[in-house]
Amino acid sequence: MKLPPFEYACPTTLNEAVALLASHNGEAKAIAGGQSLVPMLAFRLARPSLLVDLRKLPGLNEIKIGADGVRLGALVRWRDIQDDKRLESAHPLLKAAIAHVAHYQIRNRGTVGGSVAHADPAAEMPGVCVACDAVITAAGKGGTRAIKAADFFEGALTTALKPDEIVTEIHLPAWPAVRRSGFQEFARRRGDFAMSGVALFYDLDAGGKATNAHIGTIGVGDRPRRLAKAEAALNGQAVTEALAVKVGEAAAAEVDPQEDIHASAAYRRSLTGTLCERALLAAAR
Amino acid sequence: MKNTFIGQPMERREDLRFLRGRGEYVDDVALPGLLHAAILRSSVAHGKIKSIDTSAALKRPGVHTVITAADMPGGPPIVPMRLQPLPEFKPFEQPAIAHEKVRYVGEPIAVVLAATAAQAEDAFDAIEVEIEELPAVADWTVAQRNNSVLFDKQGTNRSMVFESRKGDADAAFASAPYVRKERLRTGRHYGLTMEPRGVMATWDAAKGMLTIYGAAKVPFFNRRILSAQIGLPVEQIEMIENDVGGGYGARGEFYPEDFLIPFAARHTGRPVKWIEDRRENLIAMNHAREEEAILEVACARDGTILAIRGEVHTDMGAYMRTNGAVGARNVSQFMAGPYRVPHVKIDSSLWMTNKTPVGTYRGPGRFEANFFLERMIDMIAEELRIDRIDMRRRNLITAKEQPYPIATVQPTNAVDEYDSGHYPETLERALQEIDWPRVSKLQGKLVDGKYHGIGVVCFIEGGAAGPKETARLEVNGDGTISLYLGTSSVGQGVETIFAQIAADALEVSIERIRHVHHGSTAYVSDGYGAYHSRSTVMGGSAVLDAANNFLAALREAGAKRLGCDANAVTLDEDKLTGGGKSVPLREFAGLTQEGVFLNKKHTYSYGSHVAHITVDPKLGRIEIIDYVVVQDVGRAINPLTVKGQMIGSLVQGLGGAVLEDLKYDENGQILTGSLADYLLPLASDFPNLRGVVLDKYPSPINPLGAKGAGEGGIIAAGGCMANAVANALSSLGVQPRQLPLSPAYIWELLQQAGRKAAE
Repeated sequence: MKLPPFEYACPTTLNEAVALLASHNGEAKAIAGGQSLVPMLAFRLARPSLLVDLRKLPGLNEIKIGADGVRLGALVRWRDIQDDKRLESAHPLLKAAIAHVAHYQIRNRGTVGGSVAHADPAAEMPGVCVACDAVITAAGKGGTRAIKAADFFEGALTTALKPDEIVTEIHLPAWPAVRRSGFQEFARRRGDFAMSGVALFYDLDAGGKATNAHIGTIGVGDRPRRLAKAEAALNGQAVTEALAVKVGEAAAAEVDPQEDIHASAAYRRSLTGTLCERALLAAAR
Repeated sequence: MKNTFIGQPMERREDLRFLRGRGEYVDDVALPGLLHAAILRSSVAHGKIKSIDTSAALKRPGVHTVITAADMPGGPPIVPMRLQPLPEFKPFEQPAIAHEKVRYVGEPIAVVLAATAAQAEDAFDAIEVEIEELPAVADWTVAQRNNSVLFDKQGTNRSMVFESRKGDADAAFASAPYVRKERLRTGRHYGLTMEPRGVMATWDAAKGMLTIYGAAKVPFFNRRILSAQIGLPVEQIEMIENDVGGGYGARGEFYPEDFLIPFAARHTGRPVKWIEDRRENLIAMNHAREEEAILEVACARDGTILAIRGEVHTDMGAYMRTNGAVGARNVSQFMAGPYRVPHVKIDSSLWMTNKTPVGTYRGPGRFEANFFLERMIDMIAEELRIDRIDMRRRNLITAKEQPYPIATVQPTNAVDEYDSGHYPETLERALQEIDWPRVSKLQGKLVDGKYHGIGVVCFIEGGAAGPKETARLEVNGDGTISLYLGTSSVGQGVETIFAQIAADALEVSIERIRHVHHGSTAYVSDGYGAYHSRSTVMGGSAVLDAANNFLAALREAGAKRLGCDANAVTLDEDKLTGGGKSVPLREFAGLTQEGVFLNKKHTYSYGSHVAHITVDPKLGRIEIIDYVVVQDVGRAINPLTVKGQMIGSLVQGLGGAVLEDLKYDENGQILTGSLADYLLPLASDFPNLRGVVLDKYPSPINPLGAKGAGEGGIIAAGGCMANAVANALSSLGVQPRQLPLSPAYIWELLQQAGRKAAE
């Protein structure tokens, strides 16, 4: 479990970092908090020829909150989100989800950019991005581009990023006052990767009905995704216990869960329904 | 006696050192000229080795040497069994490095020595190993078909059947008014140590001395094994015990690496260090537990147990390792637990499979037996419509029946009996602690979406394996006294406990016992070590004998100096007094005496677990509301450390009850290759645990009255949690029959029960 040999660079500008990533025939890898990459190196599951350390890149560690929403610099750490009191109203769903990320030590080091670039199907941040229609900005040789979260995550540990591209920012759209949200996940132990998780929100209309429903899952399937049928079951309805059961059932029916040593597909499906139901009831409280 | 340190809840002396980061583990020790070893392990579960080519690896940066079986003339030595060394097991013992065949993922194939551990590991992909794969034997049910056999000459995958017998079980079953038969299984666990293993060896050619660092648990045994393997007399081998980050039965046994690293040091003439990494630890250190029982219990209608009969099958992994037979042996002998069972007939089969070999893990065989029988008692009580606690009360062994004979195991002819105790007492105390009148009303109740359940089980813990232990006391130059022990520290707090015992025996302050040295072969003439909950009982009793001899020698030496009769001389803290005069103790620096304790009998502590849990039926999640362990340990030398043992072992047991399981696929590939998948309890997982230490019934077989006490928390955790789940979900007809009680398993049981109810 010693790391394989690799070269190391610690650039101070984004252009320099992009040039370094482009220089190694796709064998270079960016490293930020290292909480996923370093274990993969130790298991020799990843053997990049060059590690490009992003820690000295300026301006990527800020949380900006404005009328258009929340902008997270790629080097923002989980701890920064937990400590930012503004996010309690600016993005309560983000705040709730990040509380489930791993453990204290990992939250002190892991970054939002690293999490989305790593694209673990069970990770919270990709799930929040997809559920909230986030836009992910990446910088590469060809300049910067904005990628919709729904297009960004292509599969387990696979994204739309090109080898020379670095995630620079995650933009979560503005959070109106009428928005209600819930986040539920279940893992064998607190801090483990979720066997299933649900991030959802809806906006309350003047009649007390849910509109603009967004229901996203993590840990079921090869990437985070939204559940259109469950959202349809919620839109236009007042949230009651009976409705929550119905939406949960729709969610369970809609997912395509995988099986692993911790959970069967049938269990994951049922779990998703239960978590959806509970997240919705929590949102309505 | 002037002192009463024994019985006091004293803080551990060794903890200041550990808490300040001053512990010294094997990886903290470095020597000039050190080479680092990395071990290339088989990625194939079962196959014939066709060729190994290390030539390219030798050209890699920093690489010094690569060692394989070819470097050992006459083939690699075998790692012999330490416990139950029966001739039948010989053909199944492990070569120190793979030779002709590989039989599990993780079996050592080559040892790379390099300037750094990373360089050694880097060279792995330059070693070409050609293996002709054979069909893997993935579990005992595959093993018993004998279609693919691990040891061709044997022609069978079964290495042994232990037969436990008491009375005439078949006759009792023939006339029994009620019989219940069940099939139950436990998961595959291991005694995961926070500090993985490590060995450093140095060969002094001039002195002909081989020195081994990182020894633990049984250094004297291991020295004898190494001596025979490497062809050096034991006097030319020294084993040094460093601080140890956890033992649990697994660490300190003789493993292939315990030969390979000393061999490498002698082969190269350079000091060699190997530190196991976590991935290796999961596939190289002994596995344990995975047992399946097909068990019958015969009862009277009132719940009186008449007889137990059945078979147990243990998935042994690929080789018979040093203590590998203990679990399968124990499960047969202790199936009846703390209960009065006149007739027992258990056949326990040991099946060789293509997995990491098994060894002991805290509560070997006892954890499994407890789960099997306690689960059955609850199922029987429910079917007979009697109270499950009354059924236990009816069958628990009482003080007036002691010593109580238990089943004899063949072919080792192991005759045994329980030593002392009134077993119902811990059950009543545990019920009192949990507030049974209050919590019993919650049984099976659905409150806020969660079912409440109470698990109640009783257990027996063995201890004090003989035959012998040694201790030595010596006067230091500053007038303090050092204590040297033949037993080892694997974290039990021996430095504190033995200082308490010695200070009481010598009637001096505890500070006078300045050092407690343990575990290295240089300290005493012979030693046996730390296993089978024996250190306090055996080592502590040896300290009493050493103290007697030491005081006698001091009186004799003092008499000469003081000019009085030896009987008139007393040790008075820092001086000897007699005849109206005194002489400082420091003037006797170097005076030393050994003592021994010989014993062939075992101690049996006992107790009860009661757990109050909830089950979320939608998630399958268990939460512990309250959990009480009550254990009578004969005599608690240090109630604080006993309680620490109880809680620590309970958390470990809860890991096995709800989280831990080493899983393999049908090709013998391990699926739980990291701690992301082999789930240990985390610090915040089980906060509500309590331990109550009793010492009402001292053991009659040793002068301290002490009994082994390190395993009581773990032994009954699986049975207790499974019974609590069954109790919580009793209205739904759920009966767990395997561990761990994972959320997915509990959910699946609920689905099955739902389907059954719908039919």
